[in-house]
Parts: sequence; C-alpha cells; structure tokens
Amino acid sequence: MHSLLKPGPALWLFLLLLAAIAPLYVLGRFPTLEWAYVWALLIGMIGINILTGYCGQISLGNSAFMAIGGYTTAILIYRAGWNYLLTIPVAGVLASVGGVLLGIPALRLRGIYLATATFALAISAPSVIRHFDQLSGGSQGISIPPAEDPFGLVSSQSLTSEQWLYYMALVIAAALFLFSRALLSTHVGRAFRAIRESETAAVANGVSLAYYKTLAFAISAFYAGVAGSLYAINTAYVSPDSFNVGLSLALVVGAVIGGLGTGIGPILGAAFTVWSPTYTQILFNTKPDIAFGVLLILVMYTMPSGIAGGVYRLWAWYRRQRAAGRPKSGEEGTVQVGKVASPPEVSGPGP
Amino acid sequence: MALLELQDVVASYGSRRALHGVSLIVEEGSIVAMLGANGAGKTTTLRAITGLVKVQGAIRFDGRSIAGRPTEEIARLGIAHVPEGRGTMSQLSVLENLQMGACLRRDPKAVRQDIDRVYGYFPWMKSRLEQPAALLSGGEQQMLAIARAMMMRPRLLLLDEPSLGLAPIVVRGIFKIIETINSEQGVTIMLVEQNARIALKSADSAYVLEVGAVAVSGLARELARDESVRKSYLGY
Amino acid sequence: MLLSANPLEGLEQQIVFGIASGSIYASLALALVLIYRAMEAINFAQGEMATFSTFIAWMLMTTFQWSFWITFPLVVVLSFVGGVALERVVIRPVERAPILTMILVTLGLFSIFNGLSGLIWGYTIRTFPSPFPVSPISLGGVAIGFQDLGLIGVSLLLLFLIYLFFSRTKLGLMMRASALYPQSSRLLGVRVGWMLALGWGLSAAVGAVSGMMVAPVLSLDPNLMQSVLLFAFTAAVLGGIENPFGAVIGGIVVGVLLALVGTYVPHAEDLRLVFGFIVIVLVLLFRPAGLVGRAHVTRV
Ligand SMILES: Nc1ncnc2c1ncn2[C@@H]1O[C@H](COP(=O)(O)OP(=O)(O)OP(=O)(O)O)[C@@H](O)[C@H]1O
Ligand SMILES: [Mg+2]
Repeated sequence: MHSLLKPGPALWLFLLLLAAIAPLYVLGRFPTLEWAYVWALLIGMIGINILTGYCGQISLGNSAFMAIGGYTTAILIYRAGWNYLLTIPVAGVLASVGGVLLGIPALRLRGIYLATATFALAISAPSVIRHFDQLSGGSQGISIPPAEDPFGLVSSQSLTSEQWLYYMALVIAAALFLFSRALLSTHVGRAFRAIRESETAAVANGVSLAYYKTLAFAISAFYAGVAGSLYAINTAYVSPDSFNVGLSLALVVGAVIGGLGTGIGPILGAAFTVWSPTYTQILFNTKPDIAFGVLLILVMYTMPSGIAGGVYRLWAWYRRQRAAGRPKSGEEGTVQVGKVASPPEVSGPGP
Repeated sequence: MALLELQDVVASYGSRRALHGVSLIVEEGSIVAMLGANGAGKTTTLRAITGLVKVQGAIRFDGRSIAGRPTEEIARLGIAHVPEGRGTMSQLSVLENLQMGACLRRDPKAVRQDIDRVYGYFPWMKSRLEQPAALLSGGEQQMLAIARAMMMRPRLLLLDEPSLGLAPIVVRGIFKIIETINSEQGVTIMLVEQNARIALKSADSAYVLEVGAVAVSGLARELARDESVRKSYLGY
Repeated sequence: MLLSANPLEGLEQQIVFGIASGSIYASLALALVLIYRAMEAINFAQGEMATFSTFIAWMLMTTFQWSFWITFPLVVVLSFVGGVALERVVIRPVERAPILTMILVTLGLFSIFNGLSGLIWGYTIRTFPSPFPVSPISLGGVAIGFQDLGLIGVSLLLLFLIYLFFSRTKLGLMMRASALYPQSSRLLGVRVGWMLALGWGLSAAVGAVSGMMVAPVLSLDPNLMQSVLLFAFTAAVLGGIENPFGAVIGGIVVGVLLALVGTYVPHAEDLRLVFGFIVIVLVLLFRPAGLVGRAHVTRV
C-alpha cells in the first residue's frame, strides 16, 4: 500500500480531534445532526469497504441489513422498552446473522450474479417489512422516543441533543473504524485480499473460501446493522421506505467514491456526502435522482479508483514528473490503484 | 512496390519492450517469411501491424500510415491476420466462422464461390459445416483459421505459424495452398514460421528476428544457401 | 403496484393470468438478455429506460392525440436510437472496465432515468390506453382477456424476431461473434463497439415494447418497471441469463408461480418481491445455467 493512503496515527488523531471539536465551535444544530447521519453512514461504508474493497464481493443489498438493524432497535425500544444504547449491539449481531444467511448462497455467486441477487434483496426488503406489520408497524413505521443521554449532559444543557447524537455516533464510528483497521491487518485481512485477487490462488494457499467469505458478509452486515440502528436513533423513526435500494446505492457509491480497498476511502466517501447536496437529499428522501446519477457516472469515468486512488495517481504523476525532469510521452502504463481500476488491454491469445 | 513498410517500430507490453526498432518491407505480391527463436518478437511484429499492441514508429500499408489505428479499421483496409492461437470462434459453427470472414463483403455471389474454393482446398470442411468449431482438432482449427482469413479477400495475409500442430504431410499441403493463394489471387503474404526450411522454400524474401530487432534479412533462397545464417539463426 | 390476481377465480383462470403477466416479465427479461449477450453485463437501468420510453409514448398519445398504432412503432424506433446513443456516449468509456464499474454506471443511469421521468412527467399515476379490446373471449370455459392474449402474443413475437435476427442475419451473427470473441472479430474488420451499441439499441427497443405492454395493466408512474425488473431478473436467471428462449420460459414460469402463490398463500401480496429474490438465489445456487440453459460446447 502507498504511504499516502496509509496515514500515520498522527493524521488519524488529528482528524478525530477535528471531528470532536467541530460541533462545539463550527457546526450549527442542523449540520451537527447531519454529521451524526454521516457517521452512521460511515459505518455502513466501512462495512462495504471490507466486503467489496478488501474481499472483492459486491453487495447492493446492505440496505436490507441496515433495515434489520434499524428495526431491531425500533422494535426493542418501542415494544420491549429497552434502553436504546443496549439495542445497538443487538442490532449489529442480528444483522450479521442475516449476513451469514446471505453469505452462504453468495459463496457460489460471483460478480454480476452476486450483484443481481443482492439487488433483488434490496428491492424486496421494504415489502417484507411491510408484510409483517404486527411487528413492524407496516407502512406507517414505528416512532420511538428521542434518545436521551445517560449522563444527563443534555438535560444539564452541557450538550444539545443533536450534539449528543453526534458524539455517540462519532465514538461508535471511530471504534468500529479502528476495529476494522486492526482486523484487516491480521491474517483475516490477508485472507480477504487473497480472495479478492484470485479465488483459485487463495484456495491453493489454503484459504477457506467458505469461512472467509461468510465472515466478510457477516462483518459487513454487522456494520450495516449498527449503521441502521444509529440511523433509527437519529431519526427517532423507522419506516420500510427508509431502507430501500437507494440507501444501498448510497453506501456503495460512497465507498467507491472514497476509494475501495483503502483505509481512508470510507471517510472520504462519508465526508463527500456533506459536500454533495444531492447526495444528502438521497439520504433523507431516499429517492434516486438525476444529479446523483450524473455524478456517479462522472466519478466512474474520472476516478475509477475513488478519491483516494485519484490523489495517489496525481501524487505518483507529480513524482514521475520531478524524477524525469521533463514530461515523458506515454511509454509507461498509467498507474492504477485498487480493484476498480481497468485492466490493460487484453494481450494474451484470443478467447 | 512496397505494400507494407515498417520503420523503427517499437512495441511494448506494459513497461516491457518486445520490439526495439524493427524495419522491414513487404513487396506487393510477394511471400515474406519471418523467422527467429522463441520470444524473438515475431508474433509481436504481426500484432503491431494490426494494432493489437501499442506501437511507436511508422507503419505504412499501401502508402497510408496505419500505426495507432484501431484494429478493425486496419483489417478493413485489407489486412487479414491469422493470430497465434488461431482465433477460432469456438461456439460458432464452422460455416459461421467462414461467414464471419466474409462479413464485410457485399458480393454474395463471389462469397459463395470463395466458400466453394475453400471446400476445394479443405474437402473435410464440407461435411462438418454445422458443427461448432470447438469440436475441430487443433490442425483442423488451423485450416479453418486460414480459410476464414481467405474469405476476407485480403490484400495482405498475415499468418502466425500456419504449420503449428499440423502433420508434416498437411504442412506441405498448407504451404501449397499458401503459394496458390499468392499466385492465383495475388494476395501478398507475410508468414511467421518455426519451420524455417519449408518457409524459405515458399518465400521470396525473409527476415530473421533476434531479441526484438531484425538480425538478418535477404532473399529467401540466398538465406537458405548461406551456411552461417542457417547454423546460427535457423538451426538446420 | 403489482399485478394481482383475483383469488376467487379458478385455477385455470389463475394460470392464464399468470402466463399473461409472465409475458411481461419475459419481454423485459429479453431486453436484459440482449445486453448480457452483448457484453456480459446486466443493465440495472433497463426498467427505468423502459419506463421513460413508455412516458414518451404516453405523452404522444395524450398531449398530441396520436393513435397507439403510430406511437408504438415510433417509440420503438426512438428507443432503439436512444439505446445506441446511450452506449456510444455513456457506456463506451467503461466498456472494458471491471464489472463493478459497469454495474455502478448502469445504476447511475437508473437514477438518471427515474429522476428524469419524475421531473418531466411527475409522480402522479396515469392511465395508459390499451391497444386491445377489454372484452374477454372464452376458450374451453376459461375466459381470456384480449389484453392477456395480446401480452402473450407480443412477447412470443418478440422472441421469434430476436431468434430470427440472431440466427438468420449477418448482422446478428456479427453481434454474436463480437460479444464472444471481440479480438477475433476486430481482426475480421468488425466494429465491435458499434455491435455493442446495436445491442443496447435492440435492448432499449425491446424494453420499450415491454413498458408499453405493462403500462395499461399496471398504470404508469416513474416506478412502473421496478417490480417488473426484479421479476425480469428472476426470469432471466431462471432461463439462463444468456438465452432468449429461456428468458421467455422463465418469465412465464415466474408469472404462473406468482399467480399460484397469490391464490393459495394468504396475504402474500407483499411477499411477491421476496419470492423473486428467493427464486433467484435458489436457481443461481442449484442450476446456475438456468432451467433450460445449455452448457457451452467444449471438446472433451
Ligand atoms: N502479452 C504479453 N505480455 C507481456 N510480454 C509479452 C506478451 N506477449 C509476448 N511478450 C514478450 O514479448 C517478447 C516477444 O514475444 P513474441 O510473442 O512476439 O515472440 P515470438 O517471436 O512470437 O515467439 P514464439 O516463436 O515463441 O511464438 C517475449 O519476450 C515475450 O515474453
Ligand atoms: Mg509467436
């Protein structure tokens, strides 16, 4: 991996610090809440990044896992009177059970087939929720009481309720981010990458596809579940249409725009959401939209390896320019980073 | 007149150079053989001509520069390339393979005549027209590839190891056919061969490639006579 | 909104109804198959493109008062041209990109077309005139609407035309060859890029037919084809994704199954979509080549 994409602890700390003080000095009430959503989304994008960026498995169905998480939280609070903080881990775990269930068939599906199957899951999830209306409240959805902090900071007016939501989401996102970094640096991460590069070679090296692919789906779904739970808590409401295929798209697109297979990718992707008004609109309206589509296509043209990959390419180009002293004509192939970069023109014998 | 001319052609796969400045001339109506050890760059030279690999340098066909043009446009100028590995369209039937060779032609009558001519060269084909090409043997696929290229009615025919995998007797037959295509239809031919002896017999002139550059060139019969060339480059 | 059967009617009636609605899935599945065959990709925007075409037809018929029989061929041709243009402009830059890039670009198109339909024509539900008379005819005691017969007839006709095109025409052969063997085809002078564009054009045209067949039944809004797309996926997968014949069989099987589920499983209305998902997963797991799929020819 390239040094630029692997920022040292100092950069992470700096970013975290920035995120920690922003709502106190910079952000107003609404932006603070918006950023609380962004942190939730960041968690979902980390999940995609693990699954797609590191393990090479496409999922357009993570909105369904967010739905499991969101509804777990809402139902436990509304029907069983749980404390909302306790529901968050349960949401993650239940979603990861769903992830395992999807992971089993996904074992035998690749590329376009996996995309199709998971897309079908995302499309059908809202109607399933609607079907079990005794539990889910049907199309009406479930309203839950606004989250109160356990330390009394909001009631003593040390924090606004938006700031509480913000910090809660930030802390959870940071913890889950660190966990993902740690996990990916172990043999699990190596196995994921091996599967991404070549399943055949991975098997030859003794990597169990069944185990690690299912694990990747489970982890990704866990992250989605937690994201869905935070989404429900932030909104104090869930409805079937909050978790439609548009949300899946938002997750995948964010992760791709940030840069799949890079640590910083999901963060860039999540940050991007705030700068892109149409994008946030999707989050709140969950309606596909023209500008979003145009943007998505333009990004795929110009930065197939995301912002992180784009920055790295610029950097590599700059260094080559300096090293060469003068511009060189296109002798060297363009440097491309990550899975999503296009392969060189086929040059082996024909099919 | 030179039908094809390469001048200082450089070609690379990624950052790896395969041709370091190849220059050669193919006279209209001639048969040119390209010889050389494995990895010398023979296939790459053909791929450079039909735009299958990125090149620098000049490539002129019939006076027009074709370097950097897309493969299909080069083919449309009248260059047929039977690639290494034969390019068999294995899920299509034998007949469909032949039809694909003629797919750009607008003279259905002449196409039918050409198909008959192909049956003349390769009689076995006639009874297997409906079979998927995948079911042909390696040598049969080689013959199909040559036949398909003939269906294009090219001005220049590039053949990459036409004898590969063929029984010796069939090889002689193939080279007969190549000579016939050349003499009767006036098709200029450039062929890459491992079997230098037989290639030099058919060819008018020859180039020997070594590590991506032309080492020796000349009239085919002179190269065949030159003992030192034969010993050091052609191995017979 | 979904096609739904009246549970009070008899089994034969349900099956007829299932075949008719299955024909709708079949026609959109055909469009998916056409693109899959051309470039081994799935166009996630297929349904939205069809909806857009259908809206254009609706506009011509309501605003300009054109007759269905003029509008229909015109919209088919327009969609064909639009499909070709879309491939040349939008898809071409990523033709050789990895699968994920392709998927995301077609998802981008999904957003664009859905948004465009909503922006231009709004989200109110419109009625779309049917070309077929409403009165049913009776065949052996089973009442069949002309509408249903029309749907079945149109998708069979589409299948037949596609079959003829690919097996009997030179252009069809060139398109097949380009899809399977792009490099060999280029060497024979085939402009492979344009063959792809043609594939998109055909697929957009077939999609338009599908949309104009569905709209009278489901009534028109920007999300018209979303559920249809899911079942078209199901149909295409069931039929082996690159097999037009399989797609039609698959569509009809899905239609009949859905009708039966609707009749015999109480309150199953909301579960129809997930039924599609389950079928997709099961087929991909146990018969990845589809029910009527044939393995590729290889020497043994
Ligand atoms: N697709 C490729 N990618 C990278 N290097 C390649 C590729 N094809 C060929 N090369 C290299 O380019 C050089 C020339 O190869 P080329 O295929 O032109 O040789 P050749 O003369 O045809 O050999 P042979 O007689 O074995 O067919 C070789 O060193 C080979 O390793
Ligand atoms: Mg070679």
